[in-house]
Amino acid sequence: MSDTGIGKSVKRREDIRFITGQGRYTDDITQPDQTMAVFLRSPHPRARIVSIDASAALEIPGVVGVYTGKDLSADKIGDIPCGWLVKSADGTDMLVASRPPLAVEWVNFVGETYGIVVAETLAAARAGAEAVVTEFEDLKAVATLADALGGPQIHANVPDNLCFHWELGDGAQTDAAFAAAAHVTTLELTNNRLIPNAMEPRAAVGIYDRSTEEFTLYTTSQNPHLERLILSAFVNLAPEHKLRVISPDVGGGFGSKIFVYPEETAVAWAAKQVGRPVKWTADRSEAFLSDAHGRDHITTAELAMDKDGVFLGFRVRTRANLGAYLSTFASSVPTYLYGTLLAGQYRTPAIHVAVDGVYTNTAPVDAYRGAGRPEATYVIERIVETAARELGVDPAELRRRNFIRPDQFPYQTPVALIYDTGDYEASLDKALKLVDYAGFPERRKASEARGKKRGIGLSCYIEACGLAPSQLAIQLGAGVGLYESGEVRVNPTASVTVFTGSHSHGQGHETTFAQIVSDRLGIPFENVEIVHGDTGRVEFGLGTYGSRSVAVGGSALMKATDKIIVKGKRIAAHMLDAKPEDVDFEEGIFAVRATNRKLTFGEVAFAAYVPANFPEDLEPGLSEKSFYDPKNFTFPAGTHIAEVEIDPETGVVTVAKFVAVDDFGEVINPMIVEGQVHGGIAQGIGQALLEHGVYDGMGQLVTGSFMDYCMPRADDLPNFIVDTTVTACTHNPLGVKGCGEAGAIGSPPAIINAVTDALGIRDIAMPASPERVWRAAQGL
Amino acid sequence: MKVSLTVNERPVEADLPANTLLSDLIRGHLGLTGTHVGCDTSQCGACTVHLNGRAVKSCTILAAQAQGAAVTTIEGIGAPGNLHPMQAAFQDAHGLQCGFCTPGMIMAAIDLVQNAGPLDETKVREGLEGNLCRCTGYHNIVKAVLSAAERL
Ligand code: FES
Ligand code: FES
Repeated sequence: MSDTGIGKSVKRREDIRFITGQGRYTDDITQPDQTMAVFLRSPHPRARIVSIDASAALEIPGVVGVYTGKDLSADKIGDIPCGWLVKSADGTDMLVASRPPLAVEWVNFVGETYGIVVAETLAAARAGAEAVVTEFEDLKAVATLADALGGPQIHANVPDNLCFHWELGDGAQTDAAFAAAAHVTTLELTNNRLIPNAMEPRAAVGIYDRSTEEFTLYTTSQNPHLERLILSAFVNLAPEHKLRVISPDVGGGFGSKIFVYPEETAVAWAAKQVGRPVKWTADRSEAFLSDAHGRDHITTAELAMDKDGVFLGFRVRTRANLGAYLSTFASSVPTYLYGTLLAGQYRTPAIHVAVDGVYTNTAPVDAYRGAGRPEATYVIERIVETAARELGVDPAELRRRNFIRPDQFPYQTPVALIYDTGDYEASLDKALKLVDYAGFPERRKASEARGKKRGIGLSCYIEACGLAPSQLAIQLGAGVGLYESGEVRVNPTASVTVFTGSHSHGQGHETTFAQIVSDRLGIPFENVEIVHGDTGRVEFGLGTYGSRSVAVGGSALMKATDKIIVKGKRIAAHMLDAKPEDVDFEEGIFAVRATNRKLTFGEVAFAAYVPANFPEDLEPGLSEKSFYDPKNFTFPAGTHIAEVEIDPETGVVTVAKFVAVDDFGEVINPMIVEGQVHGGIAQGIGQALLEHGVYDGMGQLVTGSFMDYCMPRADDLPNFIVDTTVTACTHNPLGVKGCGEAGAIGSPPAIINAVTDALGIRDIAMPASPERVWRAAQGL
Repeated sequence: MKVSLTVNERPVEADLPANTLLSDLIRGHLGLTGTHVGCDTSQCGACTVHLNGRAVKSCTILAAQAQGAAVTTIEGIGAPGNLHPMQAAFQDAHGLQCGFCTPGMIMAAIDLVQNAGPLDETKVREGLEGNLCRCTGYHNIVKAVLSAAERL
C-alpha cells in the first residue's frame, strides 16, 4: 500500500497556502471599482420601524446608495426561507414567521438588518450608516426561553410564540413503563446558548455583470449550491443559471455558515443596484449579534428503571429557543436531530419526547457543531450518570447493563432510527483503561491531600451523521435532498480533476478526497486535484454539515471512481482484444486475466482521448459522475471520560485528563480525524466550562465580544488522549461514519459529570464557571 | 499623513489617514492578505505580525506608530519550498485546520520560541493565550511549537 493511500496520515496539501499566508478567504478578494457595505442594524430587541430618513447619509461624500427593506420588496426580493417544515403533533404545520432579508416594518432582535449603506470606502459607509435617522417604536420583548410562552406575541401569525409542538415515540407505552418502574430519576437541565465564533467572520462580495445579467457571489458558505438554490428559488435574486456562488477558503464554520443570511443576499442585490461590486465583511461584534447561535434548551427528563437499573422508559420534555426567525435548518435541529437520538447507546424500550419550539427576540438559533445531538447526549448521559449515583451502581456498570449488544444490530430504536452497527462496550473498555479508571480513587486522594476536589465523569454518546436518506427526509419535511455529487475527470495525461459538492472549511478535503481517489485508481496522490466550493465548476452539491463529507461525499467519489474503472476496463478490453469481464484492475494496471497482456492507467486514459479505432458503442473520454444518496444515517459512537480537579477556593476547574475513544468506522486519514476530535472536544469543554451567550432581561446581548464571551484558549485546555475502535459502517462503500462533531457531542456531559462528582452535587448549570463552581463548593 | 517603514524588508512609503491601523495598511494598502482580522477588541491574535522582531497585534496599533519600523508578516518568513521551521512544524503536526488563525499563531509562536526562554507544554499554552483558534483545540498547535522550538 502506498503511503498516501486510504488509512494513512498524509500531511495536508492545503496547508502550504495557509501557513505561507496565501490562503484566499472572502475578505481577501478585492474587485476593481469595488464599493464597501455597512448594514443598518436594529438597536432594539423588538420594535416597529416608523420611518427611515437617509437624506443626510446620501449627502456624505463617498456614499453611493442607501437601501432598505422597502427597496428590496419593491424589487420582489422574497423572504429568507426555512428549509425544513416540521409538523406539530396535531398534524398542523409549524408557524413560520416572515423574514425579509432587510426588515420592512418590524425588527425582532438586536442586530437585525434593516438597511444597507454602500459607499466608496468602509469609513464613508460607516459614516453614512451613522447619519441615517431611524425612528422606532420600541416594544416589549421576549428575552429568554423562560419568558416565551405567554409573553408578548412577537409575530402576528404565531400565538403564544409557539412555532411547533413536536412529539416522537409512544407516549402510552412510556407511561406504562413508568407505572411499572422500581426507580425513577428526574433531572431538569439547561443546555446553554452558544455563539459559534468561527475565527473568520462572515463576508460577501457581490458582483453583477450587466452584459450577461449574471451575478457572482463570493461568500463564506459551507454549501454554495444550497445558497444558490435558495437565493434563486425562494429569494428571487436571480435564476439559478445566472447566479454563481463561490465559497473560496472559509475560515471555519461549525454550522454557522451553512445558512443563508440577509447580508450576502443584500450585498448581491445591491451590486446590481449600484452597478459595481459590493463587499461586506462582518466585524466580530456583528458576528456575535447576527450569526445563528446554537443550543439553548430547557429540558425535564425522567428515566424509569427496574430494581436492577435496567432502563424501562425515558420521558423528555424540551423547550427549544428558535430565536426571532427560523434560520435555514432551525426547525430540524431540536426535532429530527435531537428526539431521534434519545435512545443513546441503550436498549430503553419506551421513549417519548415532546419539544416546544418557541420564538424569542434573540438572534436566530440553528445548527452548531453537533446540532441537536449534543443536546440529546447531554440529557441522556447526565441522567444516566445521576441514576447510577442514586442507585449506588458504578456509572460504567449501569451503562454496560443497558448497552445495545453487538449481536443486536441492526437495532431499531423506539425513536425512529435503525442503528446499523456498533460495539459500545469496546469503546467503554478502552476509554476506562486509557484514563486508568481503577487508579482514580488514588488520584482523588492525592488531590484531596492538596486541598483540591477531584471528579471523574463518563459519557457514552451516539450520534447520527450523513443525514439520510433523501426520500425519508423529504417525507419528514426537508426541503432538499441529502445526497452528494462527485465527478472524477481523468485528463488525457492521466492526471485527475475531482469535483465534489462537499465543501472544506478546515476539514482537509483536498487531502482526504485525493487519498480516496488516488488509492482507488492506483495513481500518484500528487496527480489528483480536488475542486470544491464553486457552483460555476461543480455540478451540484449539498455542502458540508453534519459530518457528512466523507460518508456521503466520499462515497459519491467512490461510485464515480468505480464507473471510471468500468469504463477503463472497456477501453482496455478493446485495446487488448479481450472481453471487459476478463479485465482486472489493480494498483493502476488493467490486465487481462491469466495472460500477460496489460495496460497502465495512463495508457488507457490517453487512449480514451485519442481513440484511434474505437467501435461505435465505445464513447471517447474518461469522465464520470455520481450522485450518492445514502440508505441510512451513519452512527458514530464512543466513550468520553473527563477527569477534573477543582480548587474550592477559586472555583477554577482544571481538566486533568480527557479521554475520547470513538468508533468512526473506517478512517481515511487518522491525523485529520484526530484533529477533528481535538477541535470538537475543545468546543465541548468550552460549552461545559466557559461559553455562554447571554441576553439581559430586556433582550440586549450581554456577551457581544471576546471580552464577554469566554472562548477556550490554549491555557484552558489539556492535551487530549484520543483513540478509536472500529466497526465499519455497513451501508456505504468506504465503511466510514463521520468524525466532525463527535468531540462536541460527547464531551459536555463527561465534564459536567466529573464536576458534579468532584463537588458531590446533583447538577450544576453549564457553563460551570468559577463563580458557579465556587458557590457550589462553598455550599452557597 | 505620510508613513515610511519596511514590510518584509521592502521599503514602504504611504500617505494614509491618521487613523489607519497597521492591519489595514498591511491588508488593504499592501495587499498582504495573509495577516487576518478576526475581532475588533484585540482579543484573537489573527492579526499578529512582527514589529522590530517582536510579535504585535497589528489591529491594535496605528500604521503611524510603525514609522521607521521593520514589520514582518507571514509572507515574509518563508514561502512554499522554503518554509520557516515554524511553518513546517505546523504542517507536520497538523497544527491548523481552516488556517484562519494560523498566520497569527505562527508569528506569535516564533516570538515565543525566540524570546521566552526554555519552553514546555504549560509555557507554550500560556504564551499563546492571546491567540484564539476555534478549530484545533490547540493540542496540535502546542505540539508544533514544541517541535519547532527544538528545530530553531
Ligand atoms: S484582529 Fe487583532 S486581535 Fe483580533
Ligand atoms: S485553524 Fe481554524 S481557527 Fe485555527
